Amino acid sequence: MWLAIKLAYRNLIGAGLRTWLNVLVLSFSFVVIIWMKGIMVGWDYQAKTDMTNWQIGAGQYWHENYDPYDPFTFDESHIEIPELLKSEISNQNITPMLIAQGTIYPQGRMQSVVLKGIDPTQKVLYLPSEKLDTAITALPAFVGQLMASSMKLTVGDRVMLRWRDENGTFDAAEIEIVDIFSSNVPAVETGQVYIPLDKLQQMIGLENRATIFTFNENFKKENTPDGLVLKSKDELTKAVDDMIKTKNSGQSVFYFILILLVMLAIFDTQVLSIFRRQKEIGTYIALGYTRRQVVGLFTVEGGMHAILAAVVAAAYGIPFLAWQAKVGFTMPVDTSEFGMAIAQTLYPVYGVGLVLATTCIVLIVTTIVSYFPSRKIARMNPTEALRGKIQ
Amino acid sequence: MRTITLLIVLFLALTGFSAPDASEILKKVDQNLSSENRVMESTITIHGKRNSRTMTSRSYAVGTEKAFTEYLSPARDAGTKMLKLENQLWIYSPSTDRTIQISGHMLRQSVMGSDLSYEDMMDDRKLTDTYTATLEGTETVDGREVYLISLEAKVDDVAYHSQKMWVDTERFVPLKQEMFAKSGQLLKRLEMRDVEKISGRWFPRTMVYKDMLKQGGGTEYTVTKIEFDVDIPEYIFSKAALKQ
Repeated sequence: MWLAIKLAYRNLIGAGLRTWLNVLVLSFSFVVIIWMKGIMVGWDYQAKTDMTNWQIGAGQYWHENYDPYDPFTFDESHIEIPELLKSEISNQNITPMLIAQGTIYPQGRMQSVVLKGIDPTQKVLYLPSEKLDTAITALPAFVGQLMASSMKLTVGDRVMLRWRDENGTFDAAEIEIVDIFSSNVPAVETGQVYIPLDKLQQMIGLENRATIFTFNENFKKENTPDGLVLKSKDELTKAVDDMIKTKNSGQSVFYFILILLVMLAIFDTQVLSIFRRQKEIGTYIALGYTRRQVVGLFTVEGGMHAILAAVVAAAYGIPFLAWQAKVGFTMPVDTSEFGMAIAQTLYPVYGVGLVLATTCIVLIVTTIVSYFPSRKIARMNPTEALRGKIQ
Repeated sequence: MRTITLLIVLFLALTGFSAPDASEILKKVDQNLSSENRVMESTITIHGKRNSRTMTSRSYAVGTEKAFTEYLSPARDAGTKMLKLENQLWIYSPSTDRTIQISGHMLRQSVMGSDLSYEDMMDDRKLTDTYTATLEGTETVDGREVYLISLEAKVDDVAYHSQKMWVDTERFVPLKQEMFAKSGQLLKRLEMRDVEKISGRWFPRTMVYKDMLKQGGGTEYTVTKIEFDVDIPEYIFSKAALKQ
């Protein structure tokens, strides 16, 4: 076997440019696959981290009627803050949020918004709630960057807000934008206005009530209070998982085409080698090689393309991938329109498993592709082969 | 003796010669504006920020409980029908051939992009049942003397916490109405013009609804044809009539 490897290596190097072209293309596949997979893992990581920080914490309790996709449920989705959670709220491990419908009139345009009452002292989410703790004549409010740009709002702007109390009676007041935050989570930015929780409770007439409760890692989940439903982090990030799964399947087609092209090149090289090196094959057999050994030699030779490619890929791929992990990949289009928790710049994350898996897959596929043309050797007549007669 | 005479004169002045009671005025307004039944053709012009669009419709109404409206133009809206039976509302859309019930919070949405919400259309309770009326004095609107009446909600579930109404002192038709939020913010204004005597009652042919927080010229509602107290077949007010 060692001899076969030595011979295969010598033959490969001896083939010169043909080998290096194959190796270069194969190494390119290595780098591209690892990079693309890395981007996906990086996105997954970023999306879940951003969602944890800005939106869902370590999980949430929802009022049983609350459906974020149906604003018509908001008016029936509130519960008195349960005694069970009060101590954790004061320990800053849980933050309650009251959600209601409202309408704002920026520049005289009527826009429906979701009003979110948030505790200005909360520390569970990154939302700049402390900015609401201010003394101004209007109602302090903050919005996300997406909302601010679509409504053309800037810090200091005052707009009229209209809402209905629990009995359906209209009320209206001016809000002042005290801060604009930027997250990568459209779900906390689009069409939402954040105001102090106690103010919203007073405005609607729902004192001491909330719609959702977001908790952090320090919160010990025991019994779910009546009227609430526990939403785990996995459940809340399922949309991201599904999206990445879909993207991965889509990318698999791309990997397949990439690998197919490389394998075609290797297959051709093998066929050409066997065709041109018939005398050599005959000599091997004359020297005592069994047919199986010759097939093995040619298979190893083909498979060694993958090993050389891995070495070449490491040579230029490691610096490239390391640089990418540092500067990230900035999406050429505005990702804020995607409606998903996706950053404008994605930072790839590479794991040992990812690199090993990619190397193994490419090695196995290359070996299989090298083996098939080599099988022809087993059917050769050694005498004819030695004479160099085309078979 | 002089004192008694003075008291009698004062009593007569307060009872016989003073302005009518605010709720009396509202009752007279109700008599003018509400009827047993009516068939009406109207145009609705929605003056948006940039452009205006006009729709025409025909409606049938019995009291305040039953109403049926069919949109006749433009082609995009033609065939759309609405049926209101007490506190329920259905809409039929010919493009989808579906009838949907507008309920709950959907009632708060705008009707065909106008300044009116479905709820504004649905609220058929008498003002005297939901508001406490106070006569504030008299003013002049469009050259006519009017009573200014302020209305304060006496029940919880009304859309507007308070209202102001300017009622023609002779014809008992409101010429202007303003609706306020709990905070006192003016939300909507309703102006009524072209008051004519139709079938023995005064009726405004043109009404302009304006959402005061929104840009745009409001929604103009012009009655082109109206008939009071006519026979309306009962089948009109059935869900089956929506698809016909």
